[in-house]
Amino acid sequence: MAAINRKFKVLDAFYIAMMILPILCGIVLQVLTKPQSEGITLTGARIFFTIPMPIQNFPVTEAQVNSAIVMISIFFLCLYLTHGMKEHIELKRQHFAELIVEKVDALVKDNMGEYFMGYSAFVISILALSAFSSLLSLFGLFPPTSDVNIVGGWAILVFFLIMYYKLKCGPLYYLKGLTEPVPLLAPINLISELSTPISMAFRHYGNVLSGTVISILLATALGGLSSLVLGSLPGILGDIPLFQIGIPAVLSIYFDVFSGCLQAFIFAMLTMMNISSGFPLEEYRKRQLKKKA
Amino acid sequence: MELAIGIILGCCALGAGMAMIAGIGPGIGEGNAVAKACEAIGRQPESKGAVTSTMLMGCAIAETTGIYALVIAILLIFVAPNILVDILVETMQSL
Repeated sequence: MAAINRKFKVLDAFYIAMMILPILCGIVLQVLTKPQSEGITLTGARIFFTIPMPIQNFPVTEAQVNSAIVMISIFFLCLYLTHGMKEHIELKRQHFAELIVEKVDALVKDNMGEYFMGYSAFVISILALSAFSSLLSLFGLFPPTSDVNIVGGWAILVFFLIMYYKLKCGPLYYLKGLTEPVPLLAPINLISELSTPISMAFRHYGNVLSGTVISILLATALGGLSSLVLGSLPGILGDIPLFQIGIPAVLSIYFDVFSGCLQAFIFAMLTMMNISSGFPLEEYRKRQLKKKA
Repeated sequence: MELAIGIILGCCALGAGMAMIAGIGPGIGEGNAVAKACEAIGRQPESKGAVTSTMLMGCAIAETTGIYALVIAILLIFVAPNILVDILVETMQSL
C-alpha cells in the first residue's frame, strides 16, 4: 500500500513539473531570442522561422509556440487533477475537478439545453485555453490571444459548428430562414451570418490587445514622468524608477487577470449561445418523427 | 517626398483620433447598463449575483463597437504608416 502511495506521489511531481516546464521553456526562449531594444517597443508576434509551402509560406510565430505551451500545460493540469480518482473521495484535487465539471455542466444545461450536453467538454476546453492564454502575460510572455490569427482560428471553428447545426434541417430550410421576415433583407441576413466569427474574434483579440497597448503606453509615460521629476538629481538617484513601482501592477490586475478571464467567459458564452440558438430543435424533432412514421 | 510622408503620418493620426469617436457609444451604453443594474440590486438585493453576471456579459458585448474602433486606431497608428510609406518609397523609386 505504501509503495502504491509513493508511486502516485512521484507521478504527481512529474505532472506538476510538466505543467511548469513548458512555461519555463517559453521564458528561456523569450530571453534567448528577444532582440535587445532601447526602451519599450510595441511589436506583434515575432516570427521564429518560416516553413516553405506550395501556396503561401507558413510562418511559425511566437503566438503559435505560446499557445502550444498553454495546451501542454493544460493537458498535464487535467492529468494531475484527474488521476487517482476513486469513488470514495480521498484527494482534495478530486473535489476540485468534480466542482469544475459540475459547474460547467450546469452552465451548459442552462444556456444550451439538454440536447447539447455533450458540448460541455468543448466549452470548458475553449474557456480554459482562452483564460490561460490571457494569463500567460503574467509571466511576461506574449499572450496568444492578442494575436488575431489564434482567436480567429477558434472563431472559425465555432462558425463551422454553428453552420453545421443550422444546416442540420436541410439546406432549403436554412435558405428559407435567410429570407425572413422579408426576402428583401436576405443580403443583410447573409452579412450578419458571416459577421459572427469576425465579431467574436475581434472582440476577444481587441480587448486583450488594448490592455497590452495601454499598459505599454502607461509604462512609457511613467518612465518619462519619473525621469522628469528625479532626472536632475546626481548619480544613481536620478535613475530611480519612482513612478514605475506598483502603479503598473494595479493596471495589470485589471487588464491581464480580470479582463482576460472575463473575455474567456464571454467567448465561451457566445459559443454556447450561437450554437444553441442557431439550431432549430423543434423543427428537427418534427422531421425525425416524420422520418420514423 | 518629405511633404508626402508628412501628409501620410498626419492623416493616419487624424484618422485614429476620428475612429475613437466611436468610444462615445459604448460609454453611454455601459453607463446605462450599470445604472439599471444598480437600481435592480437596490430593489432586490438578493438577486445581486445574477444581476452582476448578466451586467458584465452585457457590458462586454456593448463594448464591441468601441473595441472595433480601438483596433482600427491601433492599426492606423502602429501599422499603417510603415506600410504606406513603404508603398510611397517604392513608387517613387520606380518612377
